[in-house]
Amino acid sequence: MKVLVGIKRVVDAYVRVRVKSDGTGVDLTNAKMAINPFCEIAVEEAIRLKEAGAADEVIAVSIGPAAAQEQIRTALALGSDRGILVQTEEALEPLAVAKVLKAIVEKEGIDLVILGKQSIDTDNNQVGQMLAALLNVPQGTFACKAEVKDGKIEVTREIDGGEQTVMLDLPAVVTTDLRLNEPRYASLPNIMKAKKKPIDTLSAADLGVEVGSNIKTLSVAPPAERSAGVKVESVAALVDKLKNEAKVI
Amino acid sequence: MSILVIAEHDNGSLKTATLNTVTAAAAIGGDVDILVAGYGCDAAAQEAAKAAGVGKVIVADNACYEHQLPEAVAPLVAEVGKGYTHILAAATTTGKNLMPRVAALLDVDQISDIIEVKGEDTFVRPIYAGNAMATVQTSDPIKVVTVRTTAFAEAAKDGSATVESNAHTVEQSKAQFVGEQLSKSERPELTAASVVISGGRGMQNGENFALLEKVADKLGAAIGASRAAVDAGFVPNDYQVGQTGKIVAPDLYIAVGISGAIQHLAGMKDSKVIVAINKDEEAPIFQVADYGLVADLFKALPELEEAL
Repeated sequence: MKVLVGIKRVVDAYVRVRVKSDGTGVDLTNAKMAINPFCEIAVEEAIRLKEAGAADEVIAVSIGPAAAQEQIRTALALGSDRGILVQTEEALEPLAVAKVLKAIVEKEGIDLVILGKQSIDTDNNQVGQMLAALLNVPQGTFACKAEVKDGKIEVTREIDGGEQTVMLDLPAVVTTDLRLNEPRYASLPNIMKAKKKPIDTLSAADLGVEVGSNIKTLSVAPPAERSAGVKVESVAALVDKLKNEAKVI
Repeated sequence: MSILVIAEHDNGSLKTATLNTVTAAAAIGGDVDILVAGYGCDAAAQEAAKAAGVGKVIVADNACYEHQLPEAVAPLVAEVGKGYTHILAAATTTGKNLMPRVAALLDVDQISDIIEVKGEDTFVRPIYAGNAMATVQTSDPIKVVTVRTTAFAEAAKDGSATVESNAHTVEQSKAQFVGEQLSKSERPELTAASVVISGGRGMQNGENFALLEKVADKLGAAIGASRAAVDAGFVPNDYQVGQTGKIVAPDLYIAVGISGAIQHLAGMKDSKVIVAINKDEEAPIFQVADYGLVADLFKALPELEEAL
């Protein structure tokens, strides 16, 4: 079984982002970048499938700037076999990303695609579902458990109010939620080994994919600030404020 | 303009998220219809017909939609939705699972989690975990949108839409429903509760959440948790309030033993009144709290229960 994992280069989850004063976006100058946390979980899941003998090859793909090679190298150091960088300097909308991934799935003969459920920058939560639609394959989104069984994959999904389990024919697309696994750290010898693993670089045009979009971002603004209120001295004072001032209890 | 709202329901009843979505549809303007796809979903359809301002409820009642798997429902929505300018659903796990699949079938982009309607083609949505608000415009012929329910009030239930059935079926066998494990609780649902009390890493373990439960009983509150508390295994993930968990905006939010990481604030900072109880007076949660109490939660919670 061939597994494809998608990884996105995003601002590190612990960096506090600020909106640019001209309202064109967020300021990422010199910000620390990393693999999107949900994508990291996807990489871990793919590697576990390989370690368990269910997957033969794990391919890590990223769509982004040349610098996304760093994140692919990280995925290789964690245990992926080879990488693909679809290089683009412009940020693609999810549908375009899904179209690029579809071309790779078809080119490589992928049986299982594992993606993060959303990236922590654009927060769209779309690509996996779109890719599944374009490939006409089933989807297991927000997975907290995934198990390959007799040529199928059983996915337990995090849903509002609990969990849902579905059985999907392969090929399929799975997107990861937080509880699916706890990603490992790359060891130094594996980081060294990863430097020798191959990364193919190509463009969306090489794959014959049109990446335009009808969505325009008009402006980006900081959220409404919430100012700190008052400190109360005791539980009694708190209850009094809630009853008589805020009138919420 | 004509807007199709995808109903969120469990066949037996309509979820209120549908009513929030109807309000977002009304803000766009034009005719609003609701699609109810399910099996034995007549009760849900009748409830949908009461949503104010809705012209028509289209019911696709067939065994193939029983568990509302996106592999079956997305082709139906794409088919029915072709005749509309907008297709809207709540940005719940159900809506998020379905709508991108619908958009891809229609070869259009999807706009996620809108919090404001600026015009028929222009919407505001949070990005970077709510640290920035993007205003986006789309020129797609059909606009496929998910709606953050806490940003829109529930539509009234005094309408009387016509109900018509749709016989379209979707045959698919690639995805099979195996089972569902829903948390059973006497408490209100997190996203619908008017009072939420959440615990963080400061709770120290899952057993201590009993202290929150006692207070929640007095207030009729739902119980939530920070991601740190979920990651530590204190409570299940469906308790999680935050950017990657549930987004809540109750009248009163009480954060107990929660430091206030950005990811958590993104899930609750639209609450009307925020109370923070934390023994660390430097905790960032105090910067967004209307009322802060610097105290040991193991003393404060029993006192609070007593005082209510």
